[in-house]
Amino acid sequence: MAYSGLRIIKEALTGHKGWRPAWRDPAPKAHYDIVIVGGGGHGLATAFYLAKRYQTAKVAVVEKGWIGGGNVGRNTTIVRSNYLLDGNQPFYNLSLRMWEDLEQELNYNAMVSQRGILNLVHTDAQRDAARRRGNAMILAGDDAELLDTEGVRELYPFLNFENARFPIKGGLLHRRGGTVRHDAVAWGYARGADRLGVDIIQNCEVTDFRIEQGKCLGVETTKGFIGAGKVGVAVAGSSSRVMAKAGMRLPIESHVLQAFVSEGLKPIIPGVITYGAGHFYCSQSDKGGLVFGGDIDMYNTYAQRGNLPVIEDVVESGISLIPALGRVRLLRSWGGIMDMSMDGSPFIDRTQVDGLYFNGGWCYGGFKATPASGLCFAHLLATDTPHEAAQAYRLDRFRTGRMIDEKGQGAQPNLH
Amino acid sequence: MTEVNRLDGGQINRAKEVSFTFDGHRYKGYEGDTLASALLANGERLMGRSFKYHRPRGVLTAGSEEPNALVELRKGGRQEPNTRATVIELFDGLEAAPQNAWPSLRFDAMAVNDRFSNFLTAGFYYKTFMWPKAFWEKIYEPIIRKAAGLGSISFEEDPDLYDKGFLHCDLLIIGSGPSGLAAALTAGRSGARVILADEDFRMGGRLNSETLALGDQSGADWAAAAIAELADMPNVRLMSRTTIVGAFDHGTYGAVERVQDHVAVPQEGKPRQIFWRIYSRRALLCAGAMERPIAFADNDRPGVMLASAVRSYLNRWAAAPAQEIAIFTNNDDGHRTAADLIAKGVSVPAVIDVRADAPSVAGTELLAGAEVIGTSGRLGLSSVTVRLANGQTRKVNCGALAVSGGWNPNVHLTCHQRGRPQWDADLAAFVPGTDLPVGMSVAGAAMGQLSTAQALSSGACGAATALEAIGITASAIDLPEAEDAPISLKPFWHVSGGKSRAWVDLQNDVTVKDVKLAHQENFVSVEHLKRYTTLGMATDQGKTSNMLGLAVMAELTGKSIPETGTTIFRPPYTPVAMGTLAGRATGKHFHPTRKTPSHRWAEEQGAVFTEVGDWLRAQWFPKAGETHWRQSVDREVLQTRNSVGVCDVTTLGKIDVQGKDAAAFLNKMYANAFAKLPVGKVRYGLMLREDGIAYDDGTAARFAEDHFVVTTTTANAVLVYRNMEFARQCLFPDMDVQLISTTEAWAQFAVAGPNARKLLQKVVDPEFDLSNEGFPFMACGEVTVAGGCRARLFRISFSGELAYEIAVPTRYGDALVRRLMEAGEEFGVVPYGTEALGVMRIEKGHAAGNELNGTTSALNLGMGRMVSKKKDCIGNTLSEREGMNEEDALKLVGFRPVKSDETISAGAHLMNASGAVNAKVDQGYVTSAAYSPVLESSIGIGFLKNGDARKGEIIRAVNPLAGQEIQVEVVSAHFVDPEGERLRA
Amino acid sequence: MMIDHPLLGLRDAQEFTYLGDASLIDRPDWRSDTAQEEFHDYLYLRDNPAGEHRELWYHEAGDRSWLVVTRNMLTHEITQVELARDVARARGRSK
Repeated sequence: MAYSGLRIIKEALTGHKGWRPAWRDPAPKAHYDIVIVGGGGHGLATAFYLAKRYQTAKVAVVEKGWIGGGNVGRNTTIVRSNYLLDGNQPFYNLSLRMWEDLEQELNYNAMVSQRGILNLVHTDAQRDAARRRGNAMILAGDDAELLDTEGVRELYPFLNFENARFPIKGGLLHRRGGTVRHDAVAWGYARGADRLGVDIIQNCEVTDFRIEQGKCLGVETTKGFIGAGKVGVAVAGSSSRVMAKAGMRLPIESHVLQAFVSEGLKPIIPGVITYGAGHFYCSQSDKGGLVFGGDIDMYNTYAQRGNLPVIEDVVESGISLIPALGRVRLLRSWGGIMDMSMDGSPFIDRTQVDGLYFNGGWCYGGFKATPASGLCFAHLLATDTPHEAAQAYRLDRFRTGRMIDEKGQGAQPNLH
Repeated sequence: MTEVNRLDGGQINRAKEVSFTFDGHRYKGYEGDTLASALLANGERLMGRSFKYHRPRGVLTAGSEEPNALVELRKGGRQEPNTRATVIELFDGLEAAPQNAWPSLRFDAMAVNDRFSNFLTAGFYYKTFMWPKAFWEKIYEPIIRKAAGLGSISFEEDPDLYDKGFLHCDLLIIGSGPSGLAAALTAGRSGARVILADEDFRMGGRLNSETLALGDQSGADWAAAAIAELADMPNVRLMSRTTIVGAFDHGTYGAVERVQDHVAVPQEGKPRQIFWRIYSRRALLCAGAMERPIAFADNDRPGVMLASAVRSYLNRWAAAPAQEIAIFTNNDDGHRTAADLIAKGVSVPAVIDVRADAPSVAGTELLAGAEVIGTSGRLGLSSVTVRLANGQTRKVNCGALAVSGGWNPNVHLTCHQRGRPQWDADLAAFVPGTDLPVGMSVAGAAMGQLSTAQALSSGACGAATALEAIGITASAIDLPEAEDAPISLKPFWHVSGGKSRAWVDLQNDVTVKDVKLAHQENFVSVEHLKRYTTLGMATDQGKTSNMLGLAVMAELTGKSIPETGTTIFRPPYTPVAMGTLAGRATGKHFHPTRKTPSHRWAEEQGAVFTEVGDWLRAQWFPKAGETHWRQSVDREVLQTRNSVGVCDVTTLGKIDVQGKDAAAFLNKMYANAFAKLPVGKVRYGLMLREDGIAYDDGTAARFAEDHFVVTTTTANAVLVYRNMEFARQCLFPDMDVQLISTTEAWAQFAVAGPNARKLLQKVVDPEFDLSNEGFPFMACGEVTVAGGCRARLFRISFSGELAYEIAVPTRYGDALVRRLMEAGEEFGVVPYGTEALGVMRIEKGHAAGNELNGTTSALNLGMGRMVSKKKDCIGNTLSEREGMNEEDALKLVGFRPVKSDETISAGAHLMNASGAVNAKVDQGYVTSAAYSPVLESSIGIGFLKNGDARKGEIIRAVNPLAGQEIQVEVVSAHFVDPEGERLRA
Repeated sequence: MMIDHPLLGLRDAQEFTYLGDASLIDRPDWRSDTAQEEFHDYLYLRDNPAGEHRELWYHEAGDRSWLVVTRNMLTHEITQVELARDVARARGRSK
């Protein structure tokens, strides 16, 4: 059933009886061409593009819990393509262009809202770095503007210009960046994939891979064995746990990133602001809540919750930047488990097991990557060759010394 | 306005009348009132508008879980949106305004949304607004954003103070109702260190709201006596107005104390609120339970309230929500409410009880087996329609309806570490599960022990058990006799068959119909339901709605409630003002400010300062007549290069390395060799990360066989020290080496320029030979200055001039800079700041932070040959990976504009002389750029593919951000004195 | 979080800086024929267990001890805290 304003009117007048399930709940078949492990944003997008663009006939997504319950449902909804390094640029460029067409492709309003992302700079060295990045973005086909203090003030007059410990000296503005209603992305892809015949199997945990003579034949699950021509794993947050079942150790650690939302407020912040002198970034949802976050909690963990030092640090930074928020209340906090990789960049690659493919290591930036990650992973699964936008995302890049280290922090995942 | 609904009695202070305004009208109330109780006493039921449909709403609860009665409290910088009228303590002069209503609370234009509600069902926005594509951001979304949101902020800075504090205790008791008080008495009398915290301004919990007796006292009197006893115990800290907002790891709790929210303006010097971090050995959750509503058609009219809230207003605040109050219940609490109302002389037209076998109530009519199927009244309830047991309907006139659907234990804090509550079929509610935060236990109604007697005994017992676990013996205390009624409840969630909408989440306007639609569309998991319908996402975090939503979904799926899902809660328990979490770390106090030893002197010179990490450093020293910073900087550079300049370089990290293995240790730390450095000499050193990337550089000076002084960059002072400690303790534990950071212990100044020696000879005591032979380039030694003050002297140069760095104990730094300037007067000495420092280092091609950006190797920096292959050091093995040694690797080179009046920008990208300009053909980037007053030209350094083989080549530096593209010549990065003759002079 | 420092007793984890898996103590021998491969595994690969994890914490705002903390990654329960130097010696590290 196609969604539209007319359809809503028709349903409203006929008691909303016609709405069908957004996706089915089928029982697993014995065998699929491709099984995707992980019903998050990336897994669902992969399945959608496999069916839509690579005409793969039989695809299943198996999900341990409910779809969209991982990081696609617990992030701060930001999309952007403001990368510096040539390993990342084509990929995020592709992803942002895909976001721009997503809703029409999915027939689902994910509220893609290009309200602009502003990264503030507070020192001359930061301005130099922002100039290098902004130029890199433009040269890669993305948009960027370098604002001075007055330019920032025009956009956000209520930032702390008067009494700041670290004065605002300007900012890098990426107008095509913005936010997307995160849950809707999972649901939109799920519905889209389902309509193309993909089986989305919820509450079905993969307990093992069936690997014989170096070839992956399928997955053992809590709903029985599911055979597969190929298996693609997209379980960021649990990558190490799942891939350990195939005997792999990954260049990944698990860390928790907390995020926060305030009580609903009338519009304050039109775009996304990132503080350059503290750990704080913030936007305002369409519902009115300020959605904000900061740094990860620093220690390895699989617990989807954080501790006070980071909560306080984030809010201190926030109030330093926007003093007018002092009496706004923080309503809710949550934590998501990040696949923090050794250089801060992801992997979309084959593994040493024939027929087993891996997608992960997204750090805290997996949400904005969702469309391109799905497409590139689908491309790899369907063609056995890396998509041209994701060629650098190799698992062996540390062996060869070809790191993609945007932040220049080296092999310490919690600093990326 | 008059207090038409004010009754006798209650726990308000009638001696202290206060005046307040709401929605522009003036009212009076008493100290001890909340805004909600005072408005009810004044006959006002309408207090807010709902989020989506702007329906008129009144108060539902008497506590912090209130979803409806949200107001904007105060004005200007103190304006506080979304404040629950139920917890606002009344003070004289209080001003509150309704929110999310325009032009007024009574006539809200946006209420038109309600007419279109059939089109605005759950998730409707996911299905439309997609065409044309550009319309979402331009048309639809701005309208939605404007309509959405609740309260507003003033954009003024909050004038109030906030503090943070730390507390420690053996037992933290959360909640001061009967269980909490019994626990506190038990623990307090045992001598344990106890904190008793309660969010309310009056301790006692439900004891203040009920008419039940404890022994021969009223509940409120017993509570007051218990609190008085506790207040006299030195080992007990009573914290009223204090909400425990989060349970964190290892017994750490976050708490918000509202110190001065109950006055118009905080007392001078007092914080408005304090955020406490409480370290507890054990915690006992005595948070009670929350009554839950029943959904029925039009159950959102002002006047429809929870029965427990009605009793609170009646008994504690002596305010009747209306003159006639009907009851709708599925359990005996409804009957208790009727009895309390009748005792206070309020008319109770009927008790509507869904139980067919409900016991009768004296003084009113019982409608057993009946259900409320509708309500009427435009801005407040005027009647309810009841479907009787026999199927007939009947209208009951009433101004309020007290609803009781049973109780939900307050399990919230038990879930903060993702513990899952478990289902208790007798209560038809979730109770704490088994996976509680470590050290936490639960007592009283929060544990499902709903009678007063159970609460008292489980509180006392819970405290004793918790203390026993940490070796403290508590003896049993005498507990008063108290009500111990069994639970008599028929699980009942919503009335089916009503014609109108029945609300589940009152604030977010989620109705039973929305839950049904979610089910129809397969959003059946609790998480999907919440996210699709926004159920439970309101400011009450689902406290009044989650269970109901879950129950409706369970009914639809045909599963039991626990099979359908659980609801868990995340911090904070109630919303926390961001100012409180920020404390004093705001504005200029966001981070500490570190000042250099010459700061005061530099201020006297009129220096312009800049932030370098937490440090403030002099950026340049403007002189009279200089109108542009470049004039000052050029002068400082030229005068230094022509005569002598002084710069405070104290901020560089300094690490003292001592021990027999000090040299061997530094040999591991630095990429280049240090083992053979002679005593009295300094060497430049480059540090790599283990991945072979350069991360810091500096010098190591050998003062003795077993003593080195290492310097690091300002930015990495902490990191280098940490890494050295890591190597010392974790990698080479048997090396005889000791480290201490001495960054703050020594004030250090660079003295640079052809006259540097002459100047220093006037300051360093004469017995020390500073001649080029006696103290050559890269020498170091201990000297004295100014007649005996100990100092360290290093002949090192960042500027490329004949230069020294001289260090004295920090407390003499101010004196030394004054002495240097005085002694240098004859040479025209200048102080120079970080800008001139930067210009001179770029002129010399020295790498700094912009070049050591975490992605560049020794090879990239032109120091590949420095990396010793003959020894082990951090980073050398992995620096040999193929990807880091490619033929066209980036190399550090210099650039000069072909047209001398053009300017090179740091951050420009490098492109070949002709051809395309895009990321695919990127050749590198400019890291640092400056105007060189020596060369009278803009210059830059940066990384260029295969750069060292391209000197002389003309390429383009592009800066599309500024629409700039200039031709530059690739040159050596050593612009000034490439042979280094000046620094050896 | 609270860390029971072997020398100083219970301290708030906020006083510490976290590094990562305690296997970072086991730095390979640079002279090995397969040194590059060993350093790769040492620096980049992690067990990342969803359970007990031995990890390095540095008491940066304290006595500057490096500690090996054994902590559960699902519950954050800490079961053992040792001085990293003792652990390093026990694993055969010396100079």
